[in-house]
Amino acid sequence: MLISHMSTEICKLMSLNQDKTNRRAFFVKLGLAGIGSVLVSKWMDKTSWAPNMGSTAKHLIIARDAYINRIKNSLDPEINVKARQGLPGKKFVLVVDLSRCRNARKCMEACAATHQLRPDQFHLNVLEMRDDEHTAPYYLPKHCQHCDNPPCVKVCPVEATYKRTDGIVLIDNERCIGCRYCIAACPYSARSFNWFDPKDAELYKDVPYNVERNVPQKKGTVTKCTFSADCLRNGELPYCVRACPNGVYYFGNLYEDSVTNGTTGETVKLSKLLEDNGAFQLLAELGTKPSVYYLPPRRNN
Amino acid sequence: METTFTGLQQQQKIDFDKMVTALTVVSRRKNKILEYWILFLVFCVGVGVYFYIKQLQTGLGITGMRDIVSWGLYISTFVLFIAISLIGSLTLAILKLLNQHWATPITRLGEIVAVGSLIGALLIIVVDMGRPERLWHIFVYGRLQSPIVWDIIVVNTYLIISLLLYYLPLIPDLHILHRRNLMGRGFKAKIIKFLTFGWQGTEEQNITLHKALHALMIIVIPVALSIHTVTAWLFANTLRPGWDSTNFGPYFVSGAFVAGAALMIILIYGARKVFLLHDYLRPLHFDRLGKLLVLLMLVYLYFNINEYLVPAYKMREHEKHLLDSLFTGEFAYLFWFSQFGGLILPTFLLIFKPLRKPLPLTIISFIVLVAAMIKRYLIVIPTLTHPFLPIQNYPEYYKHYSPTLPEVSITVGCMAVVLLVITILMKIFPVVPLYETAKEKGIPQSIINRTQP
Repeated sequence: MLISHMSTEICKLMSLNQDKTNRRAFFVKLGLAGIGSVLVSKWMDKTSWAPNMGSTAKHLIIARDAYINRIKNSLDPEINVKARQGLPGKKFVLVVDLSRCRNARKCMEACAATHQLRPDQFHLNVLEMRDDEHTAPYYLPKHCQHCDNPPCVKVCPVEATYKRTDGIVLIDNERCIGCRYCIAACPYSARSFNWFDPKDAELYKDVPYNVERNVPQKKGTVTKCTFSADCLRNGELPYCVRACPNGVYYFGNLYEDSVTNGTTGETVKLSKLLEDNGAFQLLAELGTKPSVYYLPPRRNN
Repeated sequence: METTFTGLQQQQKIDFDKMVTALTVVSRRKNKILEYWILFLVFCVGVGVYFYIKQLQTGLGITGMRDIVSWGLYISTFVLFIAISLIGSLTLAILKLLNQHWATPITRLGEIVAVGSLIGALLIIVVDMGRPERLWHIFVYGRLQSPIVWDIIVVNTYLIISLLLYYLPLIPDLHILHRRNLMGRGFKAKIIKFLTFGWQGTEEQNITLHKALHALMIIVIPVALSIHTVTAWLFANTLRPGWDSTNFGPYFVSGAFVAGAALMIILIYGARKVFLLHDYLRPLHFDRLGKLLVLLMLVYLYFNINEYLVPAYKMREHEKHLLDSLFTGEFAYLFWFSQFGGLILPTFLLIFKPLRKPLPLTIISFIVLVAAMIKRYLIVIPTLTHPFLPIQNYPEYYKHYSPTLPEVSITVGCMAVVLLVITILMKIFPVVPLYETAKEKGIPQSIINRTQP
């Protein structure tokens, strides 16, 4: 009786030890599975995922140094706080005369160079449009529409993208969490994401961030057209407007009812320009209330 | 003491001892299949972690997403996880409130699925962020007008309620485990004792627990409905063709129940085979769940018809491009598979009783679950590949989306995390509620409270 009792006790103890060795063996196996997973991943992962951007040219480095010095001296340290408010007494509008656009793309070049964009990123994209298969194609420069009812601003969970009193919609890439909801919400596909390190990231490393220019760009954040808010603060016309050789762009202040042509420098009455030429807005039926007006591609004049 | 038991009590005692042994055996014995399953999941998680580190270094460009298709596999899997989590509230709350006692053995599994998939949803949404280290911005700068913030609020509320609905009915079970020294005598036993919060099974405690559970079961229904409705609004609150739909909330909710029920059936089959719970997870459960699945699929089918047929009748310009790609274009195979293979055919098959037997039902559920995954993919991607304005000046591959190896690996890793959480929760504590099952069999508290087996 006693012996049998003892033997069961011993068996229990042994099974307990057995349990411990089993557990230890299992944890060893878990470790092996972990190591194995890394090895297999390394074996599978043969692609270099980041695109090759080439090396940075020397003249760019010199230009960079000059730019950094200029920015460091001139950039208001409070700029990113001030940039949350609009410029007082302004409501900016862009008028695009489609009948003059010859697809020169100087605006796109100026924009991409200013905003540190990769070749597949656009703040401004000139589209070849065709309303119907029987009608002739025309070119349509598409900016962010700086909507007065902006779908992108509504959905941003952290107020990284915001609407100013002067009508401009900006993105603070030091606030952006990279959820890309704004990209999904924008009906104009006007937004771009930094899927990789931005172009010339090394060059712009020490440049202080200016939200009105959205430079330097940051990996994992969204970027888009700023209406060149940095130029507007200095009383200049946007980069794209100045770069156009064909007089496509008029830019100005809705409150003053005047717009200036970026090529000719001619200032005209906004309401008359829009009315005389039968201006329209892009996807106006969505109710986003854009700040960009288009003059039709073909008119009798 | 032993001799004072009547014959009936003696029988109940034996029954209860058998029950405890049957329901706890898996947490105490070595189980080869389970071990290999866990090792496999850990391996998948490892691969996912490797590629996630790579993604952090390189950027989200490591995925197939680009400026046109800016949401991809991660978001569709997020929607799937949220969908699956709804089943917790269905099995436990709705069936219980309707006094469907047959569902008692599967209630805990429902909550386990809810907890696991919610953890997966929170995980994969962080994986999808371009700047995960700025997650705290949501709590500091969060704005109530963003549907993402609504989603975060309801998902976390639902997670807390689901954890409570998992934990509260577990307290009496932990008490039984503790009384019988089934968790050893060391540190583990102390934790278990702490987790029972002084439960003794008194009449008063039973009433309190019942009241708390009843309240939670009622609260969880609107919360569960709102989590998937809000997830649907993430899409429906945009202007895009295919998402801009007032039908989206109920459409998502009804689809969610289908996906969750399918996963539940697969897990019950697994638990039955691996955990040897044939006596508790019986063909009756499969038969009833099969019927339930038919009902859920019919409701979902109704919403699908609304979602596609109404715009298809009008064929508005932008909707037309999208619908063409679904009906006859690049997504047609996936679309028709998800509608016919994943919805209409299973509904038809499950009308027949022999096909609601465990094995055939599990196979059909597996197909339904795969179709549910495809469906989420079809909700997210085709809308993004069909924006209002033409896609020009981008590289050609921007017009389409195909997930990359790292992206798929990370997604599989997240799914493995969900299954790992579910497996571990199923293993450590009895997956079939011990106390409730005993109570329903009429076993008195005095026998339940006994220490010696």
